[in-house]
Amino acid sequence: MSVAVTTPSGRSAAARLGSGIRDWVPAGAVLGGFLVAWQLVVSIFQVKQFILPGPIAIAEAWQADLPALWAATTYTLSEIITGLVLGVTAGLVAGVLTARFATARESLMPFAIAANSVPILAFAPVFNNWFGVANPLSKAMVAAVLCFFPVMINTVRGLTSVQPAAIELMRSYAAGQLEVFRRVRVPNALPFIFTALRLSTTLATIGAIVGEYFAAPRSSLGQYIATASGFLNFERSWAAIVFAAAIGIGLYFVVVILERIVMPWYGARDEVP
Amino acid sequence: MTDTVTDRAGRPASGPVVELVDTSKVFGGSAGPVEALNRINLSIGRGEFVSLIGPSGCGKSTLLRIVGDLISASDGMVTVNGKSARQARLDRDYGMVFQAPVLFDWRTVRQNVELPLEILRRPKAEREAKARDMLELVELGTFGGHRPWQLSGGMQQRVAIARALALDPAILLMDEPFGALDEMTRERMNLELLRIWDRTGTTVIFVTHSIPEAVFLSTRVVVMSARPGRITDLIEVDLPRDRNVETREMERYFELVTRVREALRSGEGAPADPTEAARVRAEGLSA
Repeated sequence: MSVAVTTPSGRSAAARLGSGIRDWVPAGAVLGGFLVAWQLVVSIFQVKQFILPGPIAIAEAWQADLPALWAATTYTLSEIITGLVLGVTAGLVAGVLTARFATARESLMPFAIAANSVPILAFAPVFNNWFGVANPLSKAMVAAVLCFFPVMINTVRGLTSVQPAAIELMRSYAAGQLEVFRRVRVPNALPFIFTALRLSTTLATIGAIVGEYFAAPRSSLGQYIATASGFLNFERSWAAIVFAAAIGIGLYFVVVILERIVMPWYGARDEVP
Repeated sequence: MTDTVTDRAGRPASGPVVELVDTSKVFGGSAGPVEALNRINLSIGRGEFVSLIGPSGCGKSTLLRIVGDLISASDGMVTVNGKSARQARLDRDYGMVFQAPVLFDWRTVRQNVELPLEILRRPKAEREAKARDMLELVELGTFGGHRPWQLSGGMQQRVAIARALALDPAILLMDEPFGALDEMTRERMNLELLRIWDRTGTTVIFVTHSIPEAVFLSTRVVVMSARPGRITDLIEVDLPRDRNVETREMERYFELVTRVREALRSGEGAPADPTEAARVRAEGLSA
């Protein structure tokens, strides 16, 4: 029986790195072209800075206020990470318990799905009141609640969407619940969980920064953007937005790398023609 | 049977491996109870290859699942190796192969075969040696490091068979294992399975929709009919034990195929497809 088989590890590490860099060339060219076009539009049409500052003006503001921006970024990043850890942990635990007990699944899942549609950000001022404006936990909790529901729902889906024949197979080996959980349900749930984690990094970043818009210490990205905009220093607003974007993208990539480490088989499937 | 038969301690030396006495199964549903199996009596001896054949809804898969203790009978007695089906399952007397290979993507082919041995906490060296032997048995010795999705459908099903045999099961339960394969691959897999059966001496219960497949593989064909599911005929297949591609062209083979088809037709279930006979005969003549 012959079949065309490609081995994912067939290519050398050097070839991989080379093609890895080549893969990024088009994206890099697009980004560079976009920045040049942006600067040209602003310069040629004399766009007012309070409508749209050019990349050069933003870079100057960025450089001029780097220490304050950096302090605000680390403060907000710690809120986001606290929120992610709390929300993801709680979501995983709730997901496992919900998947394990059929009654919990039937009674809790409708609420979880409904709660996932609630605009959690609307609670941000309430959270400020509960935990204190100056307490980073007030923003971390907004981030945590935003992450909780997608993580929980996807964990439940992943743990329960095992094909029935796989359960029958394990039953034929007289495998216990714990064995089924460990060897079938968890690996089956990993792709679902990582989808939720990717989403969570974005949600936590949005949650923390928008939470800060309402009220927060001055040295936070949300307040930095709100204050700079209030004084019509839009270059500074944009400089802070660049940091906020970097946090979001950076966390997303951390999850992608983690995903490759934890489930190397998953990405490799795409390499088969 | 050859003397390469692997036998495990504690198996009774004689008597039927599987015995069903007045076994019935009723499924309760929202539309009222459905009688899936009605008073099944069947005795299967050691080393037999028994096919269950019948129209959809005749309960052949249900019967297989009852023997394997994946579901329990509503009534009657099921004895496997002289004990209850449940005890036989707990003793890991079964190897199961389903229509889908049910291989896990997060494991390599070899790790998939090792799965039952891992559950039994066998030492690593033993697991690896056994997995290697089993993969060689299904002629996939060089594919241990591959991932399941890199293999063709037929190869995946052979991995599933290797995994089912990893515990040297007393009984191999196969639920339409080649149903999703194309005709050419299916015939090759049939030969492969006969070779494995001959080497291991395992008792096989094989559910199928295909009359030629049932006749070609089995020592005995159990013909079933639907509503309620019951056994309507037992047909001994007296073809020579050593079967090969030429067996499919033997006069006796065609007689038995016709015999099974008529038994299926005389049952109350859906009439057998009359074009099947012509097709099988034409294939035989043109070969």
